[in-house]
Amino acid sequence: MERTIIKSENFNAYFGNNHVVKNVNIEIERNKVIAVMGPSGCGKTTYLRCINRLHELIEGARCDGKMLLNGQDVYSMHPIFTRLKIGMVFQRPNPFPNLSIYDNVIAGYVLNGIKMSKSDKNDIVEKSLTSAALWKEVKDSLHKKGTFLSGGQQQRLCIARAIAMEPEVLLLDEPTSALDPISTSSIEELLKELKNNFTLIIVTHNMQQAARVSDKTAFFYMGELVEYDDTKKMFTNPDDIRTQNYITGRFS
Amino acid sequence: MQAHIKFRVAKSKAAEIILIVLAFFVTAPLLFIIYYIFQKGIKVISWNFLTQLPKPVGEVGGGIVNALVGTGLIVLYASIMAIPIGILCGIYLSEHKSSKLAYFSRLCVDVLQGVPSIVIGIVVYFWIVKPLHTFSAISGSVALAIMMLPIIIKSTEETLKLLPASLKEAAIALAIPYHRVITKVLLPCGISGILSGIILSVARIAGETAPLLFTAFGNPYLNTSMLKPMQSLPLLIFNYATSPYDEWHDLAWGAALILLFTVLLLNIITKLTTRKWNVQL
Ligand SMILES: Nc1ncnc2c1ncn2[C@@H]1O[C@H](COP(=O)(O)OP(=O)(O)OP(=O)(O)O)[C@@H](O)[C@H]1O
Ligand SMILES: [Mg+2]
Repeated sequence: MERTIIKSENFNAYFGNNHVVKNVNIEIERNKVIAVMGPSGCGKTTYLRCINRLHELIEGARCDGKMLLNGQDVYSMHPIFTRLKIGMVFQRPNPFPNLSIYDNVIAGYVLNGIKMSKSDKNDIVEKSLTSAALWKEVKDSLHKKGTFLSGGQQQRLCIARAIAMEPEVLLLDEPTSALDPISTSSIEELLKELKNNFTLIIVTHNMQQAARVSDKTAFFYMGELVEYDDTKKMFTNPDDIRTQNYITGRFS
Repeated sequence: MQAHIKFRVAKSKAAEIILIVLAFFVTAPLLFIIYYIFQKGIKVISWNFLTQLPKPVGEVGGGIVNALVGTGLIVLYASIMAIPIGILCGIYLSEHKSSKLAYFSRLCVDVLQGVPSIVIGIVVYFWIVKPLHTFSAISGSVALAIMMLPIIIKSTEETLKLLPASLKEAAIALAIPYHRVITKVLLPCGISGILSGIILSVARIAGETAPLLFTAFGNPYLNTSMLKPMQSLPLLIFNYATSPYDEWHDLAWGAALILLFTVLLLNIITKLTTRKWNVQL
């Protein structure tokens, strides 16, 4: 299999006339954790939402350039295929409030009308919740509504829901920004586990977190991809002065 | 300083009293109406009243079963027509907040809500009654359905608009096709608001008389064919109350009590549905 899984070529994204992501070129390797960093408003979320084509749902939003998944442009596929292969975890936990914990995990199957045997469902639920480090806490209350969980548990439920679909890539937009340190570290542990099976792209404002979990780091500034390199190098000896300033805290 | 604060406390006390008095003025007429109708109507209510046909003038007894069945059928057919269209239209308006067509439809819904019911009755008379050369229950249903539409559309639209965008994105990010996002996620999450809009719209039209005057028209006999004239509670009340006979006045009070009770019940059911089906977001 090819090592590169996602590749952007001259990729741009706009909100109306507001040019938010500017000419991004990047190659992301399989089974790595990539941290995306940069000051607030620099277009990290927007770039992430272009990868699984959520960006285009916003009125007036558009994008151009190439976004390749395994060499195929996601913008020439049906968006449903793209989203089957690229899962997403949002900044705020958003379990389906009308579904139980159990049904939330298999929501991607159930809501798609895919018929499965009871035992297949049970297997997927247990496996996904175990990978999301949530199984032990909820195994006795699987039929309660997902919204009864704490924020951190809800976020892990959303991760379980995304990985239950077995995507190739998992996008995580500041998945721990609303969580306490304990939930955060359990999610970080989880990310390290998950990279055996998935490619993870994680937006974070937390530099320690980026340093702890990621193999490579991409630094965005004002919509441009300033630098993309091994995390170690980015944090010790970045090439670009803007990266250096950001990492040493000279601007936020 | 002290005096200043005392003055403020007194002011807030005064405001409170004024509010209580105003609240009383709002509820008093309702309680009075309920009491009055109950007092007048309760004496004719009996099993026979609910199950028998009206008797000719002069004979004692007689019931309103034709009107009960008629109102039931007319409202049922009106709901069958209005609910699907209303919900679909509400979905469209909430999904397309700023398209030209949505703007125009929203305007139409607002205007429709303000059209006097008698005007709707006349229009349906020319649309359906005249071409078919007969008064018919179904034409009454159409008139009532037109009145239900704006209520259902508005409540569906407002309910769906209140759902957070993140909910829809969660579903879309799971590769769920758009029509399933609506039917499996958005509608179930907004079900309590949509249901209560529907029940309220039924409560609202159950007592409408004007649009039925020259559509369903009324019928002294029990009729279950939607293509023939049909009796209904409000028409019966109208006819009996304006008649010169005391026995008929009593029947009108009884029918009014039943109608009032039904509407109250529907409102209570609305409250319960909102509570029972509410999805905690
Ligand atoms: N829905 C929207 N409509 C219009 N403009 C938007 C919208 N969302 C974001 N923007 C604009 O796009 C720019 C980039 O936003 P984006 O959310 O991608 O930033 P970000 O890097 O994720 O920031 P943060 O770290 O605060 O999450 C911002 O300047 C913002 O003004
Ligand atoms: Mg963001």
